[in-house]
Amino acid sequence: MNAYVGTPTSRVDGRAKVTGAAKYAGEFPADKLLHGFVVEATIPCGRIARLDTSEALQVEGVLDVLTHANRPPLADKVEPWKDEVAPEKGSPFRPLYDDTIKFNSQPIALVVAEDWETAKFAATLVRVEYEQRGFATDLEGERSNAAEKDKPHKPRGDAAAALAGADVRHEADYVIPTEHHNPMELYATTAVWESNGKLTIYDKTQGVQNVHKFLCGVFDKKPDDIRVVSPYVGGAFGSGLRPQYQVVLATLGALALKRSVRVVLTRQQMYGLGYRPMTIERVALGAKSDGTLDAVTHEAIAVTSRYEDFARNDTGWAEQLYKSPNSRFSHKLVHLDVSTPSDMRAPGAASGVCALECAMDELAVALKLDPVELRLKCYSDRDQSENLPYTSKQLRECYARGADAFGWSRRNPAPRSMRDGKDLVGWGMATGVWEALQMPVAVRIALTSNGHAEVSCAASDIGTGTYTIVAQVAADALGLPIENISVRLADSSLPQAPVEGGSWMAASSAHAVLAAAEEVRKELLRLAGKMPGSPLADTELADTVLKDGSIAGASDNSRAVSIADAMRHGGIERIEKEKLNQFEEDKKHARNTHSAVFAEVKVDEELGVIRVTRVVSAVAAGRILNTKTGRSQIMGSVVWGIGMALHEETVMDHRFGRIMNANIAEYHIPVNADVYDIDVIFVDEPDDRINKLGIKGLGEIGIVGVPAAIANAVYHATGKRIRRFPITLDKLLD
Amino acid sequence: MNNFQYARATDVADAIRLLADPGAKLIAGGTNLIDLMKENVERPTRLIDISRLPLRKVEETADGSLRIGALVPNSDLAYHPLIEQRYPLLASAILAGASAQLRNMASVGGNLMQRTRCAYFYDTATPCNKRHPGSGCSAMDGLNRNHAILGTSASCIATNPSDMSVALAALGALVHIAGPSGERAVAVTDFHRLPGDKPHVDTSLGTGEIITAIELPPRGFAQNYSYLKIRDRMSYAFALVSVAAALELEGNAISGARLALGGVAHKPWRSLEAEAALRGQAATPDHFSHAADVLLQGATTRSHNGFKVELARRAIVRTLTQATNATPQSQAHKKIA
Ligand SMILES: Cc1cc2nc3c(=O)[nH]c(=O)nc-3n(C[C@H](O)[C@H](O)[C@H](O)COP(=O)(O)OP(=O)(O)OC[C@H]3O[C@@H](n4cnc5c(N)ncnc54)[C@H](O)[C@@H]3O)c2cc1C
Ligand code: SF4
Repeated sequence: MNAYVGTPTSRVDGRAKVTGAAKYAGEFPADKLLHGFVVEATIPCGRIARLDTSEALQVEGVLDVLTHANRPPLADKVEPWKDEVAPEKGSPFRPLYDDTIKFNSQPIALVVAEDWETAKFAATLVRVEYEQRGFATDLEGERSNAAEKDKPHKPRGDAAAALAGADVRHEADYVIPTEHHNPMELYATTAVWESNGKLTIYDKTQGVQNVHKFLCGVFDKKPDDIRVVSPYVGGAFGSGLRPQYQVVLATLGALALKRSVRVVLTRQQMYGLGYRPMTIERVALGAKSDGTLDAVTHEAIAVTSRYEDFARNDTGWAEQLYKSPNSRFSHKLVHLDVSTPSDMRAPGAASGVCALECAMDELAVALKLDPVELRLKCYSDRDQSENLPYTSKQLRECYARGADAFGWSRRNPAPRSMRDGKDLVGWGMATGVWEALQMPVAVRIALTSNGHAEVSCAASDIGTGTYTIVAQVAADALGLPIENISVRLADSSLPQAPVEGGSWMAASSAHAVLAAAEEVRKELLRLAGKMPGSPLADTELADTVLKDGSIAGASDNSRAVSIADAMRHGGIERIEKEKLNQFEEDKKHARNTHSAVFAEVKVDEELGVIRVTRVVSAVAAGRILNTKTGRSQIMGSVVWGIGMALHEETVMDHRFGRIMNANIAEYHIPVNADVYDIDVIFVDEPDDRINKLGIKGLGEIGIVGVPAAIANAVYHATGKRIRRFPITLDKLLD
Repeated sequence: MNNFQYARATDVADAIRLLADPGAKLIAGGTNLIDLMKENVERPTRLIDISRLPLRKVEETADGSLRIGALVPNSDLAYHPLIEQRYPLLASAILAGASAQLRNMASVGGNLMQRTRCAYFYDTATPCNKRHPGSGCSAMDGLNRNHAILGTSASCIATNPSDMSVALAALGALVHIAGPSGERAVAVTDFHRLPGDKPHVDTSLGTGEIITAIELPPRGFAQNYSYLKIRDRMSYAFALVSVAAALELEGNAISGARLALGGVAHKPWRSLEAEAALRGQAATPDHFSHAADVLLQGATTRSHNGFKVELARRAIVRTLTQATNATPQSQAHKKIA
């Protein structure tokens, strides 16, 4: 049944994307469309004392300037503002709700005009006076105000005593700066005012149903009044999990003016959305001289806003990954006058594992052990935090395959010992780990007698390849060529799906397709079985497959009835089935993906210029549904990991509480010239426990471990340990 | 962005006439000006489009100099056979800058006139003497990792971001200017100003004046040269420090030397003293190092840009070594030679 699953199938939406046929949220046409431009606050904390829109309103082509004072009603209660992925604790930001300023670049008005340029110009004429209050935006300056988030982790043994008594100890702070997602597509919403007064919202989001429910709550609308659509997303990486403020503003505009309104944020304005929170990660490791761990402690201190407690799992990876009888973990938050952070590729893990794996490297140096060997000495076949076996864990194989492909055995362990002309050469490695999550998803399949099927679901494809894997799984399950499958996604009126995130969508959507396909097969069997002289009379469902446009006996394919015949005899043209798939809860196993990342850097000895000349990433993530899109996921993640190691940093001037590099000229991400060879290895990891197809998901695992592997390589090259990211050349100079 | 009027100049005289309007600005490739207009940093009320004026020629003059029209695109200039052969230092510096797309749009005149990348200059919500004279310099005690270490003033520590201008300064190029009172020429090294107490004035270009051409003197230093740009990523980033070095060698003895730095001052920083220190000496790392000391004498640093002094010193030595060995830094292969 696997003509497509597991193959390097090309993206089914690839052509639409490269030819421009794919439409994004800010591109949908609408009659008499108006354009909104956001006016932002220029202080981080206080209130609006006066907001004068008169001059802006005089500009020809301006229809309205919406502010907290004149906007249509918004929910006053906190609950409707809490979307599916809002932090439990706190009260979400409500754009244009009142006169308070909670963070710099907060939206405070929306200028609506006949065209975007006019709106943008008029926005410069909105006069604002503030009552500024004292504020703080500097995590390191406010470190002493860090408070444990409400659920502290359960310690194991006595970490303090074990650390004190350890043969070899390492303890250090690792500092990960604030980082922004910078997806290529700008945040945008086109709110279309339909003739019947209903709204169709084209929004850039990772979850149309999340936005739908949110808008219905915030604007007190019935589910039928609003439809949210987001067929293509030009990258989001977590920034689109929660409804962003432009969707509220565009909807406000449409309601106020009873016309269609589009709001497209500028690149600069996108720095006022979510971000990876800056963290100080303090890791302590204590080991016996043989290299086994005695104690692990990991304390994360992270930024959050004053109004919400955003915290991710930074420390849980140290808790589960390595064998250690004693351990202690804590996650502390510092509330600052900034917007709430958000998920960003491998939230928690990208930062937490970076610190852990740098610390492991430092411990290996102290123990005079090879870094891979140290990991093997501490290897655990059970999740240490819950003491559970894994559904599968081929991390050992990742180390072996990765090391082999990289040539790790030729590494001279001494720092500064390897050279290439004027360059110092460094080889470093790190472990990666992420969860293998799965969520309830429903899929509808409409099969027509000509052997074509439409598969639909509200899930988003944020560039990860959901369209393609849904088509692959459906083609296999329905026994049809992939060209006969059309996939519809990301419309709130389609069957239920959660936000696309956490790397759960591949497993979740694939199994929903299987479940719906089984319903289709059941119906086809019913029809086929009733045919006179049917070769499938009295055949059990379990004993059938869909194959080559027919329903056939599983053991004997020659007993077959074509889809067309079955439907004709049943007197129908199409079969439509919808099924919600739920995964059985398994509390007896831990579910994770793993990787081993090996990196080579070349560092100009005099000038400190760093090039990452080679990365090998060996990934164990269950069954790989599509080796082509899967490889792209990992390569993209590795590139991002290079950025996290060497380039990315949102820089703030704490005197103003303002981000000072809010553009992609000055906020550096890797460019082509920064990327050399990336070798992706998928390690076989059969897993019949986790789910039917053995899928674990791939979105996040690729970045985890990459920054640490590079930092460790930089140490190996130069003998300098840089614990404050990104590793820019000035840090290597002294 | 402001509303503005748009006029296309029919010839240089027309452009000069239109420039009488104090709210007017010339636009060539637009790659710097439009960005600044979008940020409300530049707010011209009239744009004078000069992109179609006939200033696109690269011509040899009778005395062996090369005259380059102000509208020659950066890409065309870098790949022009005469530049590649006679002034490879300039070709290299241009290719070290921006991206291919930007270089295709950018003009020689616009490149000379591009404004600083100081983050405060770009952010109208913060004080900046260059943008808003008298408002204060936010960089002085703020984020100044990218800022100047030479020729700074108490009112501004911004750097000039151009790569091309650094090579032009080293090569001793002239800027040809036309204006209401006729034509004049000024050395590139006198064209850009130091901030002093008027950081809002970047150059010595007067009211109503337009750059018509640059002129390269005959000596091209095509044998022993190198342009080395040190930046935070391998491409598409402004220089932390860049060095243009050019030598004339007799055996191992330096008979002629040119040395200019980018990323360290409000203007491309050519040092005649350092050049004099090199002249007559053997081309050895010790002498290069001494020249670096001479050049960096009087460098002043702020909280985040202290590293630039040592970086500049090492980059100078390295670039002079590359020039001596006739192994100029390649702008395509990022490994530093
Ligand atoms: C993302 C990014 C990265 C960049 N990276 C680099 C880099 O690494 N190195 C580098 O050197 N540069 C870099 N640049 C800058 C680029 O080189 C300049 O934007 C370009 O050279 C400007 O030329 P232009 O013709 O587009 O100028 P315009 O934007 O048209 O004009 C710029 C200014 O020059 C004035 N002007 C133009 N022509 C004349 C004339 N003939 N006489 C008098 N005044 C004139 C205009 O009035 C305006 O004030 C970068 C730019 C961007 C956007
Ligand atoms: S360095 Fe110059 S440009 Fe930057 S803030 Fe100070 S005055 Fe403005």
